[in-house]
Amino acid sequence: MADITETPVAASARRAPIRMPERWFAWALVAPAMLFIAVIVAWPLAETFRLSFTDARLGGESFVGTKNYTDLLGSSRFHDTIVRTFFWMFVSVSLKLVLGLIGATLLNAAVPGRALFRILVMPPWVIPIAIGCIGWLWLYNGHFGLLSGVAQRIGLIDGPYEFLAYKTSAFYSAVVTDVWVGTPMVTLFFLAAMQGVPRDLYEAAYVDGASRWYRFRRITIPQIMPVIVSMALLSAIWTFNSFEVIWILTEGGPRGATTTLIVDTYKVAIGNYKFGEGAARAVVIVVLLAIFSLIYLYFLGKVNRHYGSGK
Amino acid sequence: MMDRYSKLQLVGIYAALALFLTFILLPFVEMFMVSLRPLEHLFSTPYRFWGDDFSFEAYSRMWQTVPLLGRYILNSIYISGMVTLITMIFVVPAAYAYARLDFPFKNMSLAIFLGVNMFTGAVLLIPLYRVLRTLGLLNTYWSMIVPGVAFLIPTGIWLLRSYLEKIPRELEEAAYVDGASRLYTLRRVVLPLAVPGLIVVGVAVFIGAYAQQFLFAITFNQTREYQPLPAGIYEFIGYQDVTWNEMMAASLTGVLPVMVIFLFLQKYLVAGLTAGAVKE
Repeated sequence: MADITETPVAASARRAPIRMPERWFAWALVAPAMLFIAVIVAWPLAETFRLSFTDARLGGESFVGTKNYTDLLGSSRFHDTIVRTFFWMFVSVSLKLVLGLIGATLLNAAVPGRALFRILVMPPWVIPIAIGCIGWLWLYNGHFGLLSGVAQRIGLIDGPYEFLAYKTSAFYSAVVTDVWVGTPMVTLFFLAAMQGVPRDLYEAAYVDGASRWYRFRRITIPQIMPVIVSMALLSAIWTFNSFEVIWILTEGGPRGATTTLIVDTYKVAIGNYKFGEGAARAVVIVVLLAIFSLIYLYFLGKVNRHYGSGK
Repeated sequence: MMDRYSKLQLVGIYAALALFLTFILLPFVEMFMVSLRPLEHLFSTPYRFWGDDFSFEAYSRMWQTVPLLGRYILNSIYISGMVTLITMIFVVPAAYAYARLDFPFKNMSLAIFLGVNMFTGAVLLIPLYRVLRTLGLLNTYWSMIVPGVAFLIPTGIWLLRSYLEKIPRELEEAAYVDGASRLYTLRRVVLPLAVPGLIVVGVAVFIGAYAQQFLFAITFNQTREYQPLPAGIYEFIGYQDVTWNEMMAASLTGVLPVMVIFLFLQKYLVAGLTAGAVKE
């Protein structure tokens, strides 16, 4: 703060300031990022859209109209994949938010050692996702992994249990790993938001005799609501797109039990070189996410108006 | 007074923290245990939690098994560092514009940026592959840096914008009224105030780039010397006889440098994340 007050603002008045119209200045600031995105994201996106109407593969491509789409709509497997993807997103995001809220509350408590605990939460976020997944791969191993081993020792299960070999357990194992990857960041952002809540609010409530739970419910939650909503949106999108976790743990198996839209798209396009069919799936993903985001942004706007965002 | 806990509450908090941290740290513990076991004892049943045969042998053997390990580690850091640098160059001006200025299509263009957040490279891999081939970037560091930047710009703008919004407008308005130009105000008033925010966003972008190099690396880069850590190690896991103990040792050693860097930066990270909110 100190150097701000000392900044010789008056000195700048001498260099006759160029008063560009604000909007030109604004566009000049935004344009480089826009251009970069246009080349690296927008153009490939348009290209994906075009490819989705072709049967593009390694050999070449020809226009096939809406065939890829009608194939998808008629496929019950694809329908299952969509349902599975949204279920995956719902379970994983809910867990991330709940765990993040619990974790942030715990780390916000004024207990000895909390500085250390805060550091210990971060590793899953800091390391490459693929590396963490290699660790989980071993944890889920039925014969040599810790989870099955300890469960056998304490008598929860009779013999080795391969977590990734059965449809339901593989799905939830992947969810747990995905939650593990996402929770630290959510926790940290919630923690930061909680620390930003003005202390006098709590003190006033405390003096009035409000219980801890009441303070949490009526002060903390409303105050950090904008952060909760935006983390929910971001996690939802990341979870929807989560690829590495599933790919390294199960490659979408067993028998498609962990195949989400993103894994399906990758398998079709990169695994089987069916670029056209893969592109149609990618377009479906984009449309679904767009609808989803619009609904969410609508709620975000509502929440911000209700609780008041940063000025 | 308000922050005092009873004995029972303290026990509860520590128990819950222990449970939470066990979940977070479990894979690391498992990886470390595996790295200490000799290979032949790794595949022995029944399961034993503790062994009397623990050794650090895997940590010296891994350098022969994965000859480029050192290179992979540096590649990972180099790629993420470049991604962070370039991303910030794009993000800072744009975030400022969205936080402070009014211009036509502001909300629409911001929505488009946020829209980019919706995609991961996985959806766009094929056309992206063609774009990178056209630009002649395949099988270079840039094939991993360029897409990394594109997908982190929106997150960067999103984070920095909300940070900048929390800096009191009055300071800028004072400077502006005194006749300072917009650019001068940005450079001399806003940016110094935003340093904690810049660090936070920079670290967040670095982590994003570091955590997610895998997909671009296995798709766009065939040059083994340029491979980042996760892709380099993953290659060995596809082999017939995986020396799992050495892979775990290599994984843990590989992430160590960034963990250490992060350990020093996390203080600023947490401080920065909170500082923005406190100023309100």
